[in-house]
Amino acid sequence: MCGVVGLFLKNSKLSGDLGAMTAAMLAVLTDRGPDSAGIAIYDPAKAGKVKLTVRAEAGADWDALAARLAEAIGAKVKVAPRDTHAVLKLAEDAADDAFHALATIAPEVTLMSRGEAMEIYKEVGLPADVTARFGIAGMSGTHAIGHTRMATESAVTTVGAHPFSTGADQCLIHNGSLSNHNNLRRVLKREGIAFGSENDTEVAAAYLTHKMAGGLGLGEALDAGIRDLDGFYTFVVATKTGFGVLRDPIACKPAVLAETDDYVAIGSEYRAMVMLPGIDTARVWEPEPATSYFWTH
Amino acid sequence: MTSFDLAAQPLRDLNRALHGIADGDNRTAWEILNPRGAHAVAVGVNQPVDITVKGNVGYYCAGMNEAATITIEGSAGPGLAENIMSGTVRVKGDASQYAAATGHGGLVVIEGNASSRCGISMKGVDIVVGGNVGHMSAFMGQAGHLVVLGDAGDGLGDSIYEAELFVRGTVKSLGADCIRKEMDEAHIATLAGLLAKAGFDADPASFKRYGSARKLYHFNVDHADAY
Repeated sequence: MCGVVGLFLKNSKLSGDLGAMTAAMLAVLTDRGPDSAGIAIYDPAKAGKVKLTVRAEAGADWDALAARLAEAIGAKVKVAPRDTHAVLKLAEDAADDAFHALATIAPEVTLMSRGEAMEIYKEVGLPADVTARFGIAGMSGTHAIGHTRMATESAVTTVGAHPFSTGADQCLIHNGSLSNHNNLRRVLKREGIAFGSENDTEVAAAYLTHKMAGGLGLGEALDAGIRDLDGFYTFVVATKTGFGVLRDPIACKPAVLAETDDYVAIGSEYRAMVMLPGIDTARVWEPEPATSYFWTH
Repeated sequence: MTSFDLAAQPLRDLNRALHGIADGDNRTAWEILNPRGAHAVAVGVNQPVDITVKGNVGYYCAGMNEAATITIEGSAGPGLAENIMSGTVRVKGDASQYAAATGHGGLVVIEGNASSRCGISMKGVDIVVGGNVGHMSAFMGQAGHLVVLGDAGDGLGDSIYEAELFVRGTVKSLGADCIRKEMDEAHIATLAGLLAKAGFDADPASFKRYGSARKLYHFNVDHADAY
C-alpha cells in the first residue's frame, strides 16, 4: 500500500494555499504509508533562472556551499535552506556547470531535482512530520504531487522515498509494485543509466527518462510503459505545466479524481480530498484502467 | 430518526451503536452525516432498519449487511456491501472495485457506474447497476444475478458457475467459459422483477443474458497434455 495525492490549480487565486492543501491531503493518507513521505511542488522561477533542490544527510552549511559553488561556476547562486534540503537558484545557462561542480566540491550533497519550477522534498517519517519539517504548508505554486510510502520492494530510506525525478521539471510517484524491475534495471544500466537505490519505482522513473531521451513525449513514454512495466501501479506524473495519472490494466490500486472550476485533485481515496474547497459539488470519478489522464496549463 | 454525525463522533461509536440495535428496538430510521470518505461505515448491521448515509464513503461500506436497508447518498469506495447476506444496499452515485464481492443474498443497487470486479465470487446476491461495470465483473460468480443497464468491461463472467448476467449495452469481452444464452419467458420475468425491485424503468427484452458454458466444471481428460 501507499498513498498518492496531487493538486493542479486552475484558479491562480488558490496558489498561496497550494502547499497547505497538499500537506493536508497527504496527512490524511498516513495509514496508507507511514514510512516516508515526499512532495514535488511547482512554482516557476523568474525567466532565465533554474532551481536545483539538493539534500545533505546531516544538513550542511548551505551559505558556505552556495558561496563555493558560485566561485566554482563564476555565477551568482542564491540558496534557500529547508531542513535537510536546500534550493539553489542560479542562471539557467550555469546549471550544467553547477551540476558537475557540485559532484566535486560537495560530494556529500545529493541532487533531488532540477528544473525551472519543480522542487522535491522527501524524508523518512510520518507525512505530517515530514511536511512540517520542510514547511510545505507555507509554500505556493501552480501544482503539486505528494506520496506516503509503505515500503514493500526496498528499504525505508530517503532515496527510496517518492517522488522520483525523471528529468528536468518531471517526476513520478507510484502506488503499487513492479515485478520486472530487476531485469529492467539491468537493461537500463547497460544503456548507461545510474541508479541510487534498489527501488522499483526508481526503475519506472529511469525507464520514462530513457524513453523521453529517445524522443518520446511523456504520454507516449507512459503508453510504452503499459507494455514494458509488469506489475501493479497507479502512477502520478508531474511536469512543468501539469500532471497526469495512469493505472495499470488490472487497476487494483485505487485512484479518485475530483474536478471543480478551480482545481483538479488526485487522491488514492476520496477522504484525502474532503478538506478541499468546493469538494461537495466537485465532479468526482475513478480513472479507467490503462488510460492516461493529463491536465496542463 | 436517529442522527449520527461522523464529524462529531468517532466511527467506532457509530458501528457499536448500530450493532446495539435490539429486536423490537424503536430506532428504525438512522441518518449518518459527514461520512467524508470514511472506511467501514455501517458494517455488520443485522437488524431491519433504514440507514441513510449523507455523502461519499470509503472502503467497505455496508459490509456483511443482514436485513438492513442502507442508502448512500453519494459514491462508495472499494468493497461496497462485501459479503452481504440480505437486506438492500443502494448507492446513488458510483461504486469502486469489487462491489458486492462474495455476496450471499440481498440486493445491491448502484445507480451510477461500478468499476472492476463487481460481484466477484457472488454467491446469491442480486446486483443491479444503472451504468457500466468494469473488467472481470461476476468473476467466478456462483449464484445470484448481475443486471447491468449500461456496458460491461473485459472478461465478463470469467470462470462463472451459475450466476446469471443480464447486460443491456455492449460487452467488451466475455471471460473464460462465459457465453451468451437465450432469454426465455422465465428469464424475462426474473429480470423484470429485479428491475422493478431496483426501481429502474427499462425494457427487459432489451437485455442480453450471459452465463456459464459449464465447460470448466470438470477436468477434461482430452486436455491432459496441456498441464
